[in-house]
Amino acid sequence: MAFYFGLLQTIGIHTLLGLSAYILLLTGQLSLAQVGFFAIGAYVSGILTVIFEYHIVPGLFLGALVGGLFAFLVGFPALRVKGLMLVVATIAFSEIVRLFFFNLNWRVSVNGVEVGPDSTQGFREIRFYAANGWDTLDVVLFVWLFVVIVMALLWWLDRVRVGATLRAVGADELAAQSSGVNIVAVKVSAMTGGGIIAGLAGGLYAHSATYVDHLTFSVLLATFAVAYPILGGLSSVFGTLIAVIFVQGVLIEGMRFLGDWRNILFGLLIIIAMNVRPAGLIDGKVVLRIREALGTGKKSGGEGHAETR
Amino acid sequence: MLKLDDLSKHFDGVRAVDGLSLEVDQGEVFGLIGPNGSGKSTTVNLICGVLSATRGKVTFKGRDLHGLPPHRRLNAGISRTFQNIRLFGELTVWQNVWIARRDAPGREAGFIRNWFGSSARTREAIEETLVFADLAGRANDLAQNLAFGEQRRLELARAVAARPDLILLDEPAAGMNREEVEDLRQRILALKHDGITVLLVEHVMELVMGVTDRIAVLNFGKLIALGTPGEIQGNAAVREAYLGSPDSESA
Repeated sequence: MAFYFGLLQTIGIHTLLGLSAYILLLTGQLSLAQVGFFAIGAYVSGILTVIFEYHIVPGLFLGALVGGLFAFLVGFPALRVKGLMLVVATIAFSEIVRLFFFNLNWRVSVNGVEVGPDSTQGFREIRFYAANGWDTLDVVLFVWLFVVIVMALLWWLDRVRVGATLRAVGADELAAQSSGVNIVAVKVSAMTGGGIIAGLAGGLYAHSATYVDHLTFSVLLATFAVAYPILGGLSSVFGTLIAVIFVQGVLIEGMRFLGDWRNILFGLLIIIAMNVRPAGLIDGKVVLRIREALGTGKKSGGEGHAETR
Repeated sequence: MLKLDDLSKHFDGVRAVDGLSLEVDQGEVFGLIGPNGSGKSTTVNLICGVLSATRGKVTFKGRDLHGLPPHRRLNAGISRTFQNIRLFGELTVWQNVWIARRDAPGREAGFIRNWFGSSARTREAIEETLVFADLAGRANDLAQNLAFGEQRRLELARAVAARPDLILLDEPAAGMNREEVEDLRQRILALKHDGITVLLVEHVMELVMGVTDRIAVLNFGKLIALGTPGEIQGNAAVREAYLGSPDSESA
């Protein structure tokens, strides 16, 4: 059971990380900075609960906020570059963050025990859950509470004008500008929102793992963050969730019995999935079919006009 | 209403628009014609802020537009369509119009209502716009699934939804058949009737001659003629610019 609880936490946290990249992909920005915000959220909330003995809720909240603040600051220079240059610039940012934490040494004595980030040794004492008597099920539910809140929020945003505007910027920046959209404001907002979500995911990760070091926040994780929404498709937030379950549940855990062959099959299955479903696992057609099956004729774009036909 | 003053745009020495000065009056349908490469589209892009001028200025309702990005110019009352259709293909027809939608002055919805809510007034206005463009039945279809003529009408609907005072139509009749051109002519007249000023860039002479009040003719980025459709049709310089003349270098 512990194994499945652990897997559920991983799936929840990776879903949040994927959604932080999803919101940016809607505006047409491919960012590998999400792992940087994730790391910031992890360290900030860890430091708050461990060194300053905060409760986890304000700890997570502030970690997410600091992640968002850095995303906001990164957003402006990042806007000057597009496409591949944005990818390179955001990798550079993530590496700066990783190397900062690689060097961060802040050991403090709390209740007679020395705790805090210990540069290369990592940050080892993030034990809020255990110290407060939360069992694994509590933690799973706590993580998924945030997953549900964030997914519901993004799902709703896609139904109001904000969502259509994000997608319009992703589809055609010039046409969006000419339709009155301030694309700088939209892109920076998306970056900030993504930073907040990634920071939140980082905080949850740090407390689930109880231990973080700079190696956790590699470019590989940054790649996963953008791979989930791309694999899942950008038609719906559920695509990202399905992709995380597919990758973490099926490909990584489900095929452990294959030993070393797993890694080969892993890449192969991703390639096959992308070829069979080029618009993602959950593409527009699937979304439409699910809506029909649920009998909700309503669709994005405000209520009431669905019956115009 | 719209005033161009010595407006110029040079691309690496090519003078796409060269010292263009003209004035478009409130409520008129103003045609802008000229052979290919004469600077018509560049002029449109200068007016709506996609390009910035090398020299000269654009004044709209007495206000110098220098340095204003396209979205601020839309808020100032200038909207446009594109020569090559640029819709948001993966969004519905409804959403395409919704994004550009502006409320009437003095009746603007607040930030929250504007971005996160919706009102009956907004829905009505969007539906009205779709009816105007004869797209009411296709509100829920993706823009990319529309036929060519419908996509052109959606471009027009999106530009109209912004409640502009001036609308720039960049070759709206390109690729249309006779019937569609006549449809478009009626729609332009309806815009004029609603008090919207129209700047029409067009190659289809049948449309230009049949709908405009005045026409400016560009050649090599310069204004070579200005007048009513009747005057332009009889203008020798214009004929030369279009057909060429064996005994004159250029107009």
